[in-house]
Amino acid sequence: MAVVIVDGHEIQLQDNERLNGIQVAARVGIEIPHYCWHPGLTVVASCRMCLVEVGRRDAQTGKITMQPKLSPACQTPATDGTVFVTNSQKVAEARARVEEGLLIRHPIDCPICDKAGECLLQDYHFRYGQDARRADLKPFTSRRRELGETVTLFVDRCVMCSRCVRFCREIAGTSELLVAHRGAHEEIDVFPGAPLANKLAGNVVDLCPVGALGDRDFLYQQRVWFLQGQAHVCANCSKGCSIRVDQNQDRIYRVKPRTNPHVNRWWICDEGRYGWKHVHDPRRLTKCQRRTGNELQVSESSPLLAELDARLRRSHKLAAVVSPHLTVEEAYLLCRYVRDIDPEAALVLGPVPQVGEDQTYAGQFTIRAEKCPNRRGVEELIAGIAGKLVTWEQFLPRLPDERWDAVWVSGGYLGEWNDTATAEQFASVGTLVVQDLFSSPLLRRADYQLPGAAAYEREGSYVNRADWIQSFSWAIRPPAGVLTEGQVYWRLRKGSGLFPARRVLDEVSHAILYFRAADRPIPELGLDLKVNLLAST
Amino acid sequence: MAEFEPVLLANIARDGSHTRAVYEAAGGYTALKRVLREMQPKHVVELVKRSGLRGRGGAGFPTGLKWTFLPAELRGPVYFCLNADESEPGTFNNRILMESDPHQVLEGLILSCYATRATTAYFYLRYEYPLAWKRMQAAIDECYAAGYLGSNILGSGYALDVYLHRGAGAYICGEETGLIESLEGKRAWPRIKPPFPAVEGAFRHPTVVNNVETVACVTHIAARGAEWFRSIGVPPDPNDPRDPGSFGPKLYCLSGHVESPGCYEAPLGLTVRELIERGGGVWQGRRAKAAIPGGISMGLLRAEEFDCRLDFADPARYGCLGLGTAAVVVLDETASLVDFLHNSCRFFAHESCGQCTPCREGTAWSLRILERIRAGRGRLKDLDLLLELGDSLGIIPGTTICGLADGAAWSIKNAIRKFRGEFEDHVRRTNPGGYRETNPVPALEILTAH
Repeated sequence: MAVVIVDGHEIQLQDNERLNGIQVAARVGIEIPHYCWHPGLTVVASCRMCLVEVGRRDAQTGKITMQPKLSPACQTPATDGTVFVTNSQKVAEARARVEEGLLIRHPIDCPICDKAGECLLQDYHFRYGQDARRADLKPFTSRRRELGETVTLFVDRCVMCSRCVRFCREIAGTSELLVAHRGAHEEIDVFPGAPLANKLAGNVVDLCPVGALGDRDFLYQQRVWFLQGQAHVCANCSKGCSIRVDQNQDRIYRVKPRTNPHVNRWWICDEGRYGWKHVHDPRRLTKCQRRTGNELQVSESSPLLAELDARLRRSHKLAAVVSPHLTVEEAYLLCRYVRDIDPEAALVLGPVPQVGEDQTYAGQFTIRAEKCPNRRGVEELIAGIAGKLVTWEQFLPRLPDERWDAVWVSGGYLGEWNDTATAEQFASVGTLVVQDLFSSPLLRRADYQLPGAAAYEREGSYVNRADWIQSFSWAIRPPAGVLTEGQVYWRLRKGSGLFPARRVLDEVSHAILYFRAADRPIPELGLDLKVNLLAST
Repeated sequence: MAEFEPVLLANIARDGSHTRAVYEAAGGYTALKRVLREMQPKHVVELVKRSGLRGRGGAGFPTGLKWTFLPAELRGPVYFCLNADESEPGTFNNRILMESDPHQVLEGLILSCYATRATTAYFYLRYEYPLAWKRMQAAIDECYAAGYLGSNILGSGYALDVYLHRGAGAYICGEETGLIESLEGKRAWPRIKPPFPAVEGAFRHPTVVNNVETVACVTHIAARGAEWFRSIGVPPDPNDPRDPGSFGPKLYCLSGHVESPGCYEAPLGLTVRELIERGGGVWQGRRAKAAIPGGISMGLLRAEEFDCRLDFADPARYGCLGLGTAAVVVLDETASLVDFLHNSCRFFAHESCGQCTPCREGTAWSLRILERIRAGRGRLKDLDLLLELGDSLGIIPGTTICGLADGAAWSIKNAIRKFRGEFEDHVRRTNPGGYRETNPVPALEILTAH
């Protein structure tokens, strides 16, 4: 076992751990400031902000010998006997000088910069910088250049950490960004006619430690200190990236990746990053409606649900179409609800949207073609409850012949997921309930139209394609008039109060073997259901 | 000093010295033929190690030792990069070798490649040398025709290809890892070390980078032996266990305010004064004020320090960075050190590759300060600021990846420490109202415009 010393703290490392000075210092809560280093990118050691004193403790004598020169902590591996000193006067002066250097040509236009409030240059200046400015230059040119459809560059704010350039080379593999010119004239740029246009492009904005790279979608929409971040899971494909939803007053302003080594590491794709626009779409359904004859009547949710519940409980032959957009808990409640009424009720996996093919990038980041978050979870639930899985494609052709008293269709889809022909198939259904985000031919045919919640409004757990379960709480509240699916099913099952996702998951984990590992609190970064299942059997 | 016969420059005065015929008539390529016939690569490495040859590119690292850093067991090709990106101001010795005696360089290159078991050599040539480019390419073509290059050289079974690569005109490409990056088609940003090129260099394979004059010396070591080489130059300082001595002939470039600037060959250890005398003394009968010992990055010597021996050890004793490229530039008594330093800062600000923050910003900032001092708005405290910048810049304090920044720092440090009086006089004379100012100075144009 290797022992590393940081500012007098002895830190023991496992044999297989390969950490640098920055990482090892973070273990004992010591921050080594850095711009260019990022755990997901190659080490360039060029910003020199992480300079520390490095030495070695002799294993036999215990004598510590320090190197006379400073070394970048990002480039120094922590091996047995390595000594890091991060709190000496020499280190403090070196940091102050680097910070001073970076600010010589920086415009210091924080009042109009989107990054202000979450800017490393600001933070480090307050923590490690000098009080007075010695450089008698006042640079302010405020040059802005569009790098692509989504990313803009404020040229003079750049500190040349080259993270964005390395990201495009190493992770996206598309190499759109480059460093042009030399020395103090260096700028980030793209080749003429080749804009930044890969589906991971938004990550360069997250990587930028200063306000140089701006997200054109977010630009000037909100000051960052008004935003509240809520941990969530991306619902745009079956990869299930960990995300943070930045919202203010139930309005989403942006989505950022959360670091999760098991799923998405540090990145998310632009589909996930901008995949929240439908949430605030004015065409969203917000009213419960009921058909009487040919008339649609708007109704309050409570009386409508009571009436619907009574009507369903009088039915004999039921089917539920369980959308892969539902959380595990919601799907479980829906399945249980129809099965309580009709023990033979058909449980159908809703349509699983496939768009194109999986796209894998150079850094082994894959955007999945399956554009729903919880196909695995719903599949296993249905298999666990009904024993056999019926897919939408199997269910649909048989529909007209099988005289259903009632069919409950849950939606939550973003695109046009059904057409008139699909809706016609439901002509013979006694009571059709459709719960969805947007109007569709199927919804218009429904006897009961219920507005559904968007992913960011849901609560519960998703199981991604690799059987990785992640739990989350809602990030924003649904619009007025909308009950989340979980809340609707909870009420229908005579639950009291608010939908308690965690209690439902406990029930699921005891009822269905596949979910057995979820009987304990789900860690922040999720849990592998498969591995735990294998271990417990 | 005993009579010294020029070695490296012996051939350059002949008519057609750049052709193979003339080179061979003077005994060229006999060493190559003998080595390929009689010696194993490891014996050549041993020979060069024994000779005490140190790199002529600037850092003076022992060449034979550098070669031994290559892995013993090769799992792929070894690349040899010949550093002909001679960009240090005042330096032109490689140029003379390449233009006037390219076969001497090539013979040394082939011998060095043989010693290091390299099968591909990249000749990284500075863009600004068109004649050298033409002559070297012609010489390479001649060597292929004569069977000195290509597969199965002279029937020995050894194969070597040489590619002449023209750089695009950047000082940083003379730094060995910057050169490698540039060769790979990337931006010449020096790499972080380790891994050193001998372990992982060009195209991720073990790579040796040597200077043109270094391999030219290898030619003569192979021809005349290590003992001959060690008989020239300065033996190790017995009081300094880390000094391996400075052996062999050296090409000294002399320029600036002298009567006959040029490239002079002498054993290592010539003093600055002797070199200036060989160049006919300071021009127009003036006295010297200062001299650069070995390219602008090595610092500055005062006229009183002209007894400094130009070998690998002595310049450091006078506060200079080292021998560098042994390119001496003389400043006469009329030259302004403020102008000198401004020009030096301008060069380094222009040539900083911009990778490391301290160098990118520090060189640009020091240039702005010097511009202001020259424009008559200097302050005494600027000199301390410049010294602070100089002291905190480079691989010696550890703030940068490569040594270019040390070069930038050294001319600042030496100029101000050794000639502080002149700088202070300049500031007082040109800015009589404000030279003492201690408060932060308001910005120049922007604030005064309102």
